[in-house]
Amino acid sequence: MNGLPLITLLTLLPIVAGLLVIGIGSENRKVGRNLAFGTGLLTFVITLWLWKSFDASSGALQFEEKHLWIPTLGIEYRVAADGLSLLMLVLTAMVTLLSMLASWRMDDRSHLYYGLVLFLQGGLFGTFTALNFFHWFLFWELSLIPAFFLVRLWGGPQRAAASTQFFVYTMVGSIGMLLAFLAIFLATGHVSDFTALAELARKGEIASAISSDLTWTGLSGKALVGIIFLGALLGFAVKVPLMPFHTWLPATYTEAPSATTMLLTGVMSKMGVYGFLRILLPIFPAEIQQYRTPLLVLAVITIVFSACAAFAQRDLKRILAYSSINHLGYCLLAMFAVATGSTTSPAPDVERAAALNGVLLQMFNHGLTAATLFWFVSLIEQRSGGLRGLNDFGGLRKVAPVFCGLMGIALFSSLGLPGLNGFIGEFLIFKGVFPLAMCSASVSVIGLLVTAIFILTILQRVFNGPLNEKWTGFPDLTTSERVLLAIPIALMFVLGVYPQLVLGTINATVVQLVKQLPF
Amino acid sequence: MSWIVKNLWLIPALPVLAAGLSALAPQRCRKFSAGLAIGSMIGAFLLSLCAFANVLGHHGHGEEARQVFNVTWFQFAEGSAGALQLGWIVDPLTTVMLVMVTFVGTLIFIYSVGYMAHDQNFTRFFTFLALFAGGMLGVVIANSLLLLFISWEIVGLTSYLLIGFWYHKPTAAAAAKKAFITTRIGDVAFLLGMVWLYSQTGTLLFYTEEGTGCMQQAALTKLVAQTTGVGMAVSTAIGLLIFFGAVGKSGQVPLHVWLPDAMEGPTPVSALIHAATMVAAGVFLVARVYPLMSVVPEGSTATPVALQVVTWIGAITAIFAASIAVAQNDIKRILAYSTVSQLGYMMMGLGVGGVAVAMFHLITHAFFKALLFMGAGSVIHGCHEEQDIRRMGGVKKYMPITFITYAIGMLALAGFPVLFSGFWSKDEILHAAHGWPVSHVPFYLGIAGALLTAFYMTRQVVLVFFGSYRGGHDHNHSRSVSKSHGKKAESSHSASEPHESPLVMTAPLMILAAFAILLGFIGTPTWPWFQTFLGTHHEGGGFTKDVVSLMIISSAIVFAGLGLGWWFYGRKPIAKADQPDVLETLRPDIYKVLENKYWIDELYEKSVIAFNAWFAKVCDFLDTWIWSGLVHLVSYVVIGFSWVNRVIDEYVVNLGFDQGCKRISLGGGFFSRLQDGRIQGYLRAIGIALVLLVIWLIWGGSGS
Repeated sequence: MNGLPLITLLTLLPIVAGLLVIGIGSENRKVGRNLAFGTGLLTFVITLWLWKSFDASSGALQFEEKHLWIPTLGIEYRVAADGLSLLMLVLTAMVTLLSMLASWRMDDRSHLYYGLVLFLQGGLFGTFTALNFFHWFLFWELSLIPAFFLVRLWGGPQRAAASTQFFVYTMVGSIGMLLAFLAIFLATGHVSDFTALAELARKGEIASAISSDLTWTGLSGKALVGIIFLGALLGFAVKVPLMPFHTWLPATYTEAPSATTMLLTGVMSKMGVYGFLRILLPIFPAEIQQYRTPLLVLAVITIVFSACAAFAQRDLKRILAYSSINHLGYCLLAMFAVATGSTTSPAPDVERAAALNGVLLQMFNHGLTAATLFWFVSLIEQRSGGLRGLNDFGGLRKVAPVFCGLMGIALFSSLGLPGLNGFIGEFLIFKGVFPLAMCSASVSVIGLLVTAIFILTILQRVFNGPLNEKWTGFPDLTTSERVLLAIPIALMFVLGVYPQLVLGTINATVVQLVKQLPF
Repeated sequence: MSWIVKNLWLIPALPVLAAGLSALAPQRCRKFSAGLAIGSMIGAFLLSLCAFANVLGHHGHGEEARQVFNVTWFQFAEGSAGALQLGWIVDPLTTVMLVMVTFVGTLIFIYSVGYMAHDQNFTRFFTFLALFAGGMLGVVIANSLLLLFISWEIVGLTSYLLIGFWYHKPTAAAAAKKAFITTRIGDVAFLLGMVWLYSQTGTLLFYTEEGTGCMQQAALTKLVAQTTGVGMAVSTAIGLLIFFGAVGKSGQVPLHVWLPDAMEGPTPVSALIHAATMVAAGVFLVARVYPLMSVVPEGSTATPVALQVVTWIGAITAIFAASIAVAQNDIKRILAYSTVSQLGYMMMGLGVGGVAVAMFHLITHAFFKALLFMGAGSVIHGCHEEQDIRRMGGVKKYMPITFITYAIGMLALAGFPVLFSGFWSKDEILHAAHGWPVSHVPFYLGIAGALLTAFYMTRQVVLVFFGSYRGGHDHNHSRSVSKSHGKKAESSHSASEPHESPLVMTAPLMILAAFAILLGFIGTPTWPWFQTFLGTHHEGGGFTKDVVSLMIISSAIVFAGLGLGWWFYGRKPIAKADQPDVLETLRPDIYKVLENKYWIDELYEKSVIAFNAWFAKVCDFLDTWIWSGLVHLVSYVVIGFSWVNRVIDEYVVNLGFDQGCKRISLGGGFFSRLQDGRIQGYLRAIGIALVLLVIWLIWGGSGS
């Protein structure tokens, strides 16, 4: 691309800007905020420009940059973007902007806050474009640090416990992953490039290399690769999360300031799914197939249990946190379901493409919708002095009809109502999963049903019924809030009616991914 | 292809556009909003007439008259198999529904201007109403099961919004939620049926010109040839899943519980959505996928299993709901149970007689039931928001137009012979049920239902319109107060007598009354125009001996019902509102069962809902205690293990294990080379600097 290393620039820009914002310090709060916001806007423009100049007819990696990084080990710095990366870049830039808008009025060490948000954004950009395990892992971990501090410093009363849990949990997952990739790296003679690893996996050389390299363990090659796969899986399973590796999530999402939760749920939760698609599916397809049944069971449990647990919550943020687990559970279900060769379906590749396109759509749509919903919760908190219990309100629709209307749209988007963005992703996932894993799909629809129950319960308890006397002065959305919130809401409609906008860019990538699967 | 086929999407698009514009309008733009909604509906009606004329002009009926237009919506995989197509269809079934929905819809929109005149959320009401119309028309024109499903869900949303329109009432908010969730139970089955059908046939288009649609012969032959794990044909399984969606929407047993509660919504909503159109969408859906429901393996003459299920569910619902209606006292709830019961007849008609039989009853019912609901609305309006028929009486004197039109609707519903449309359409169903080869029980259930229908409608009309007015004295009881909340105008003359409604409300009543009579004559045995138009090969044998004798029987049944109702309630009209019901004094035990609707709601409350709440608690408990506990346990195990490890390291490993040592040296070599490289440097520079920076800034820097 004209020799301009766009992706590296995109990654460095927020990190440099973050340092500047922190350097400006707390005296010039507005300057720092405006600089941060300007950077956010600029990165958003860059991602949109990438989106526009991306050749959507090809599923290949584009905008590639490649440099030798650690010559002694042959490790390269290699970044590029395909439809999947690009979608995540746009999502990251968009959600970061929304999150900054949601924290516009924060004045507690705001320079530091915005600096950390920018670091986080840089880490995410790096994660979504890196193609070599080592610097990919670096960014993966680097994004964790600012997130930890955001929760630790600006969180709710239980922030210390929540942030520690968040950090330790994801760290443990990462260590499993690191060990797994080190083992592969050593066994294959220093291969750490994702594309090259996938190529080796297709030829079955990873398994043979590992079994010949690790003969001293006395285990068969298949078992060894299985163990290594589980180690790698752990890292992603914690991040998505897959039950039972999810217990950090409700606490973290609840304790984090709502604007940070927007980032956590909007983008960071997608890192795990991204890892599955970029790394696990291409490199360990045979292992996913081998463990497919237990993995499917876990995915179904994730979907059903999280929806039911959401129904049992009384704190709006906790409800939405469990709802996030539920929504990403559908992604897990689809990714496990595609890993099968034995199917009665007449056109399995079409079903796989449907399921994986659905996963990508679901990632984007969930990012948009969940971030918007947490924004609404932050607005409720601002108006209620921090209250956000399901039963603290009642009848707000009378005094804040626009608030209710717009949040209602976002809630129905989360429920998967056709016409809004959430539906097509879920439809494609079920369309693809059903013929490949009939039982799992049939049980998972319980998740759809229970989601409707708790979403409508929110509407019923918070907005409907007689007005709670305490809130007669609850202010409706201000004009500027209406204008800002109208943007994500409008996008929900646009994507609901015209999903081709996203699908047009990702379809070729997904088709190629499906073709490379060895089933 | 004519322009109307290509541009059929305009019909739902007009009301949706109106809804969008009026959603953006401020609350005070009442005339703008109502005008836009009514205007869009009239526009849709005119376009529907064009489509209707197009089909009429097309020579041939049924299948020959079908025209479709399909477009690609998006691409989710490679090639044509990965293109998701949507489309619309112009055929007799669609055009008949289109004309009915837009015509009845227009009348109800106009009526609403009067009924909702004093409501402060008038603008919102028309927004939702227009959105509903758009969704409903989308269901009707869809040539794709997915487009139908999308519209179906939008219709469900607007139903939710309109039932809960008076959201400040907890009962309304609860009823809205109940309606959405109950129908969604059906919808998830529908969704499964849909994705199953999609995976088997590779398309969700009903019909294509090349014959590749999922309702066309090639796909159906394939579906019926395969069997599922339990030995059922795949076509049957898919058909039943889709039918379950219809069960939810059309309030069939066992998902009927939401429809009576839905009467919490404003009366025009009950008339339009919960009587004439949306609840009939389930019947329409089954009619649309009828080829799938009725397909049998080649050479087989057995009645398809799916249709048997449809018949039984319909027949049971018909008698079950009719029996409950006998012991209700809320004017709208009686009509609601009556609607459930009539929808049961339509389902039964689908099962035993086919599309034309059921659709005929659907159309006639839409007119007379909308009439009845709007009449009830007029009565409620006139009686100062009173809904309890025991507190009415003698209204005939005060509201003559409402009375006459209501009586016409009531006779049509009861199936009064020859003159009224309900007679012809219901008789078609009973006739078909009589000839059903599988069992005669549905026929007898239908006959019994007809008796009950005539009986409860007589009871209602007598209690409302005859005798003397029993309301007005103790007007300040709780129900009326809660109902009139949000409507300010009534309070000034609340103690006065009932009054006739304005022309904007009575005019639609008169028009509908005319149709409640006339519509019957387009489908009589001598001139079965409707049936031939819909394309089923109707014998049209005229008044054969068979037909006539059945008509005599059903007429006798209707007269018996009317007579019994008059005998019980008309001879000696009750004088006071708190007087016990005649049936209650006669058989208190039966009355109690019916009055409490067989305790189905309570049963669900104690079983399904309680289980759901319990299971949610279990999930929450597992989450808080078991999963987290496991994690803590694991962390302790890891700590313990690392301690053991250290001990082993120090005392065991150092003593031997050549292979292990080799590994360790290899790994060490790797890490040492990392040292030589720059990864550590990067890590240190970025990671540690960041951490230090943050720590310094917080605990050091910001302290100043």
